[in-house]
Amino acid sequence: MASLDDLKKRITSVKSTQKITKAMKMVAAAKLKRAQENAEKGRPYSEKMNNIILNLSNGISDTENAPKLLAGTGQDKVHLCVVLTSDRGLCGGFNSNIIKKAKAYFSKMVSEGKNFKIITVGSKGDDQLKRQYNDKIVERISFKDSKNVNFFDAEKVSKMIIESFQKNEFDVCTIFYNKFKNVITQIPQAQQIIPLKSSDTKKKDERDNYEFEPEEDEILGNLLPKNISTQIFKAMLENSASEQGSRMSAMDNATRNAGEMVDKLTIQYNRSRQAAITKELIEIISGAESL
Amino acid sequence: MSEEFNLEIVNPEKSFLNKEDVSEVVVPAFEGEMGILKDHISIISFLKPGILKVFSKSGEDKYYVEDGIIEFKENTLSVLTSSIFSLDKIDKNYISQSLSETEKLLGKDDLDDQSRFLISQKIDVLKSINSN
Repeated sequence: MASLDDLKKRITSVKSTQKITKAMKMVAAAKLKRAQENAEKGRPYSEKMNNIILNLSNGISDTENAPKLLAGTGQDKVHLCVVLTSDRGLCGGFNSNIIKKAKAYFSKMVSEGKNFKIITVGSKGDDQLKRQYNDKIVERISFKDSKNVNFFDAEKVSKMIIESFQKNEFDVCTIFYNKFKNVITQIPQAQQIIPLKSSDTKKKDERDNYEFEPEEDEILGNLLPKNISTQIFKAMLENSASEQGSRMSAMDNATRNAGEMVDKLTIQYNRSRQAAITKELIEIISGAESL
Repeated sequence: MSEEFNLEIVNPEKSFLNKEDVSEVVVPAFEGEMGILKDHISIISFLKPGILKVFSKSGEDKYYVEDGIIEFKENTLSVLTSSIFSLDKIDKNYISQSLSETEKLLGKDDLDDQSRFLISQKIDVLKSINSN
């Protein structure tokens, strides 16, 4: 059995760990509030953008001449996967959940004989993926330096994607991120952004009559790249809210576990102290009796 | 009957402006300035760099926009833009900085006509703001 001194040391060490996790939880809670607000504020923009694109794409009569970003290249050979993760650890299953989702997708690609490329955003995802898929990663992006999620960063990513699309380097692009549902639930998502999947094909006759200035194709050509930035930005916002939420609950759990551990160790400490006293007493008494 | 309609300006970070008593909006659309009044036909268009003017009961507000899309539908005008600044609060330093950056861009040779047009538009607008 561990000596009294050892137990004492362990208790203090667990207690100081608990202090750290508690502090991290507080910080995450404060950040979560801001991230959540940002995610909610950003939603109208991406929703509106989506609506307009839906209306526009329904209005396009000949799908053959539609912009490639909308209709795709007509092939389905090379997939580009953009995996959005965090730059910091200690956030529970946040990163692993995304990676798990992405890996499932990769193995599906492999079994279907398709090729794929990976872009990692955030260093944690890169760390986990490079062991297995190092040769597939074409680009690593990290926004460690920017404090908050901003649109400028999202635009950088989307520019990269669009440029590589124009060079015909891939046919389908999917982004992986965590959707923020609430503090304890984050849902890993795979969203296809190129070609754009119109999630609900509105009935043609229900379509609103719009006047376009300039022509539809030209607006679409201008709008689609913007939409990609918007979608990535949305994913980044959702991700940052999820990250903080996930970290908060992970740290909350850790604090509670540490508390339990301290209780257990304290009982053990008290018992062994009592045992030592009793042992000493018995020794004294039996020593006295033998006299 | 009132002659007012709703105006919503959103940028990626937040909802920038929400007004319900707008009587007229002049937007710098790609093919020229466009005034929008109540009961305008549904329209989608995109913006070039310029000044967006909002007329309402409380007076006239001016905003500088760099790009964006507008949608008018059922008496609601939505403006989606990634960069918008109120002219009253705009930072002069930002303007001159942006101006010099844009002028540098114009010096490049590999521009197509459309981006050259957009850039020179931007320079004109920025200059006019700067001189005020």
